[in-house]
Amino acid sequence: MNSVTEAQPLVDMRNISIAFGGIQAVDDTSVDLFAGEVVALLGHNGAGKSTLVKILSGAYRRDKGVIHIDGKEVAINNPRDAKAFGIETIYQTLALADNVDTAGNLYLGRELLTPWGTLDDVAMEARARDVMGRLNPRFQRFKEPVKALSGGQRQSVAIARAILFNARILIMDEPTAALGPEETAHVSELILQLKSEGIGIFLVSHDIHDVFDLADRVTVMKNGQVVGHARTEDVNKDEVLGMIILGKCPPAAIPGPGALAS
Amino acid sequence: MTDDKGLQAAPEGDRARASQMSILARFFKATELDTRMLGMIGALLLIWILFDIFSGGLFLTPRNLWNLSVQTASVAVMATGMVLVIVTRNIDLSVGSILGFVGMIMAVTQAEILPALIGFDNPVTWVIALAVGVAVGAAIGALHGYVIAYLGVPAFIVTLGGLLVWRGAAWWVTSGRTVSPMDSTFRLMGGGPTGSIGATASWAVGIVACIAIVAMIWNARRQRQRFKFPLRPLWAETFLAGIGCFVILGAVWVVNSYYWPIGIVRKYIEANDLQIAESDLLIAHGIAIPVLVAIAVGIVMTFITTRTRFGRYVFALGGNPEATDFAGINTRWVTMKIFIIMGILCAIAAAISTARLNAATNAQGTLDELLTIAAAVIGGTSLAGGVGTIVGAMIGAVVMQSLQSGMVLLGLDTPLQAIVVGIVLVIAVWLDSLYRRTQH
Repeated sequence: MNSVTEAQPLVDMRNISIAFGGIQAVDDTSVDLFAGEVVALLGHNGAGKSTLVKILSGAYRRDKGVIHIDGKEVAINNPRDAKAFGIETIYQTLALADNVDTAGNLYLGRELLTPWGTLDDVAMEARARDVMGRLNPRFQRFKEPVKALSGGQRQSVAIARAILFNARILIMDEPTAALGPEETAHVSELILQLKSEGIGIFLVSHDIHDVFDLADRVTVMKNGQVVGHARTEDVNKDEVLGMIILGKCPPAAIPGPGALAS
Repeated sequence: MTDDKGLQAAPEGDRARASQMSILARFFKATELDTRMLGMIGALLLIWILFDIFSGGLFLTPRNLWNLSVQTASVAVMATGMVLVIVTRNIDLSVGSILGFVGMIMAVTQAEILPALIGFDNPVTWVIALAVGVAVGAAIGALHGYVIAYLGVPAFIVTLGGLLVWRGAAWWVTSGRTVSPMDSTFRLMGGGPTGSIGATASWAVGIVACIAIVAMIWNARRQRQRFKFPLRPLWAETFLAGIGCFVILGAVWVVNSYYWPIGIVRKYIEANDLQIAESDLLIAHGIAIPVLVAIAVGIVMTFITTRTRFGRYVFALGGNPEATDFAGINTRWVTMKIFIIMGILCAIAAAISTARLNAATNAQGTLDELLTIAAAVIGGTSLAGGVGTIVGAMIGAVVMQSLQSGMVLLGLDTPLQAIVVGIVLVIAVWLDSLYRRTQH
């Protein structure tokens, strides 16, 4: 945060809180993201990282806190609002309609229409073939419902959907969870390419090895609170692991409210 | 080898696989026919042939098939809406009661309210009565949909309540009195000799339908060519067009072979003052108007489910409600719209059924909800959601009605009929689940 403070963050989430029943899933958490930057959100299962990004993508409504995009306070109350700001999300569950084919899933909610107002399936399939060809050149099963696809293929569909609409802010929740080594490498390449196009990316993961080399910064969460922020060049993997497991903040990191008092 | 021509456009992998497939499998792949649908049509034909044998040739007669088509119309109309309801993992137990209530409203409108205002048998009476019915049906559907989608009460409970409420309301309209007769134009919607379009018009409808089939296949092929997608082999396209036209023209031939009963012909001769022997005058029924209505509803509903955004959302909602919500779709409004459509279809079915009976009774449509659900489920709509077709549900309605009228023809006792229908429903769904398991 120190070297880029003069620039305006693309996304700035301030003091976000949300509770489910009596459980404070996210507690007074602040994160930011700059254009062309990859921020990894790390933490154990249940640390609140998925919940936090779901607030940004409109899937959950926050109890407290404000969201700024390009410096302006915005209201994000549902997924439609988020998409209007160019926020695209790849959910951990992929959020695909299993009984619908690839093109139908890619364009779900934003279908291409013919001049008569009907679905332009052929045009959607043509664009789908185009985009899937870039992500996964061997993919051929366009006519089948996505239920029939392998885990990796389904993941490609979910990723293709997120990049199809010129996203400015991309949220990837465990994007490589279902992928083999080759496909994971492919996704890493894609992330670097999108980053070079100026897209801001939140990478959510519980596994530091997946994301450490890709990320510019890490934000570690524990029990719904931020343990600390750090630039990846200032810390090593062991120190970040210490943040994830113990909540112990190394000297190079900026401690958050969840940091272990030293 | 005409086969190879068509497969050339297919990707390498497909061609390699195609060479290993049997002739039958290759045939199904080339024509892209739905084997499940074929199975259902096969079962229907089997039922027809068995009934024909056991009834001594009474089942497969133009007269019986024509009657079957008219009897199916009302449930077939409602089954198209039930597909949307079940696809989104809901259920509607109230359609029979809505039919009874809306039928009563339409009957009272045309038989008791309108004659006092615009005179008896006014040419617009049927339009007003139908419009009132459709409006009431839509309003009932909207109410159900609102409570289900926005207040979060399960559809099973809401429509179970509706089953009781609207049946009671149907009684309340006239305190249980049967309303009759209907307006003479309105009655055309129920079929009968005058409620059919005759031989010439039936052939015209058949030919238009054949042209439409050929045009659709040709258009689909052109669309695929435009984007260089794999094409079906030409022989497969020709085969499909040929089968489609053959079935349509065959059906028209059957309904055109059913002539007016002698008594009605006698009246017709007297009314028109013709100098001709009764036995020499053969007037064909042709396609019954309720059947045309049902086919039109089927076409419109197929269009809605396959060609519009709303239809896409209905299926996505059934496949994964959370994903549909995350995609930014207003899932509550989609659910409410489905029940509004269901209400409108109940009103259309009520018009057909009151017109056919020439009366509205407070018991009309009793147990129709079960026939409608059974038709949709036999027609391949999955109760787990996300899967179903309009055509399938309509064929399912024909299967249910064939069973019922076949058993009447054989003179089976009513309790036995109920037992057979119940068993057939369970076996059909069991076979379907077996089929689905082997598919994946």
